[in-house]
Amino acid sequence: MGLQAIAFYVLAVVTVASAFGVTTARNPVHSVLFLILTFFTAAGLFVLLGAEFLAMLLVVVYVGAVAVLFLFVVMMLDVDFASLRAGFARYLPIGGAVAVFLLIEMILVSGAVAERGAAAHVKPLSGENISNTEAIGRVLYTDYLYDFQIAGLVLLVAMIGAIVLTLKHRPGIKRQTVADQTGRSVRGGLQVVQVKVGEGIAE
Amino acid sequence: MDLTSALQIALPEVILALGTLVLIVVGAFGGEKSTGLVGLGAGAVLVEAAAAACWGPMGQAFHGGFVADAAAQFSKVAIYLMSAVAIALGAPWLRRKRSAKFEYPLLVLLAATGMGVMVSAGDLISLYIGIELQSLALYVLAAFQRDDSRSSEAGLKYFVLGALSSGLLLYGASLIYGFAGSVRFADIAAAVHAGAGQGVIFGLVFLICGMAFKVSAAPFHMWTPDVYEGAPTPIVAFITAAPKLAAMVLFARALALGFPGATGQWQQVIVVIALISMAVGALAGLVQRNLKRLLAYSSILNIGYALMAMAAGTEGGMQAMLVFMVLYMIDVTGFFACLTALQRDGRPMERLEDFAGLVRVRPGLALAITALSLSLLGLPPFSGFWSKYYVFKAAIAGGLWPVAVFGLVASVPAAFYYLRILKTMWFDEPAGATDRTPGDASAIGMGAALFSFPLVLPALAALDPLATLAARAFGLA
Repeated sequence: MGLQAIAFYVLAVVTVASAFGVTTARNPVHSVLFLILTFFTAAGLFVLLGAEFLAMLLVVVYVGAVAVLFLFVVMMLDVDFASLRAGFARYLPIGGAVAVFLLIEMILVSGAVAERGAAAHVKPLSGENISNTEAIGRVLYTDYLYDFQIAGLVLLVAMIGAIVLTLKHRPGIKRQTVADQTGRSVRGGLQVVQVKVGEGIAE
Repeated sequence: MDLTSALQIALPEVILALGTLVLIVVGAFGGEKSTGLVGLGAGAVLVEAAAAACWGPMGQAFHGGFVADAAAQFSKVAIYLMSAVAIALGAPWLRRKRSAKFEYPLLVLLAATGMGVMVSAGDLISLYIGIELQSLALYVLAAFQRDDSRSSEAGLKYFVLGALSSGLLLYGASLIYGFAGSVRFADIAAAVHAGAGQGVIFGLVFLICGMAFKVSAAPFHMWTPDVYEGAPTPIVAFITAAPKLAAMVLFARALALGFPGATGQWQQVIVVIALISMAVGALAGLVQRNLKRLLAYSSILNIGYALMAMAAGTEGGMQAMLVFMVLYMIDVTGFFACLTALQRDGRPMERLEDFAGLVRVRPGLALAITALSLSLLGLPPFSGFWSKYYVFKAAIAGGLWPVAVFGLVASVPAAFYYLRILKTMWFDEPAGATDRTPGDASAIGMGAALFSFPLVLPALAALDPLATLAARAFGLA
């Protein structure tokens, strides 16, 4: 109990602090690094809950792919973050009001949870001693086959969309054609010219 | 239930998904030359899916994630046929703009698949995935003319605000799952039977906000005018018709099947959203000089009417909502088809001044726009009058007469902006000749105008019992 509680408090404090860092860091690269730290500690919290599969997913997908992609975008795009930040003070009152309102609502809801127990009437998975990776694997491709397939279509839309919006067929672009390159012979690529002294070669 | 019978129940979606995959291969190998072929194929697939939805078996499949009932059947036929019309309207337009791509019909097909998933959603997961499939395809369509900066802006705005609304929706869905212990609407209904706790209500409000974004109800309407103005006109005709019906049916299904125990609570929220939508749609439309923006506010107003019918929380209310959305969908598609057909010097005519004296230049289209405006205004005997008649009758029968009175008051300023279009077209000095009008878009516009009167009368005779049957599926009193 003691060790788990310590781990929870350390992870929770780091999560909240780094989430705060994401929004307040001046340098966008630091923001993304804070974001990675947030994901990582959140993964630690999942492990504490006994959801090791979700924890690994968070690390692999969010830290490994999404956050690194963010980092690339932030570093490669020349976005003027100073101007994006310009309205911060102006929007602070209304943003702060919304945040306080949300906080109060969250506290009310947590109160309701603490009082009745969130999902007290929900039975846990049957007593079989299976890991939650296995439990997810059992239903993902069977009970949730339909959702899984439609999610595949969503990814297909993303792919088509990326192609439609970015692919341009420009004429006159030099492309690498490996077959042509390797098929090149001496006859086509080399010309022996007798050069007269003092004249040089004109095209 | 074994997979074969499950696939039979979900046959329309299976046809759409497989058809899309086949047509992608055709398009990828055929290149730009195959654009016409892919468009024809997509139209055929949509009609076939509509037929499959119409005569297919009913029931539940995939552990309650997919529901094929009368409501799904009714709306699927309407959605698929409207999507086919969108292809017929958009593909020739893109060809004329020299930006024809075989991806356009494919994206419409995928959006239609998403809408099918939405209207058949039996749990929160298929609700979300359906919305996402439909919206992602629409974001891309809005930005389809990527060389036009306004189109790109529309796509980006739609995407960012849509992502925000998805976030709200998911937050609500996760709260509901946490408190009710299941994602299935039937189980949620059982869990909140004895009255919903604070947590479920909290989640429900977020869910409603997320869906209000998708139907562009005020105060979640901010994206609508900008997207309508920036996106290509025939694509707006698609965005404003079928997806709205799909989202309204999903809205009704989630509330009626998932939260019958909390009817009083969601009714309040829907009434407030309906009132704000009617006020914003009626008043903000007054200052618009751009017809596409004007129609955006008109759609917000009309969604307010549809939500009012839904807020009645009765079977009659759901029936009125279905009839209203179908008639509105045809009206607005026709209106946008007329806008698609009209061009001056190669530029689209969107501003009110462009329509000055149109009746002397293009009498046919001017008459069509007149009929459609009067219909949107709700003048008898046009279809808009009948749809509003259903909505107001249902609202009053459901005890919402103050809301109905407010709706009537809101239609007065709305009447002004429709009449201003007519005045400009009929009585102002002509602003000059227009370009030759393409046959396809004018035909769709005139067809919709003919539907608004007199075809609506026989159509209503068929629509009324079908919508009653469909509304019964929501299981309300």
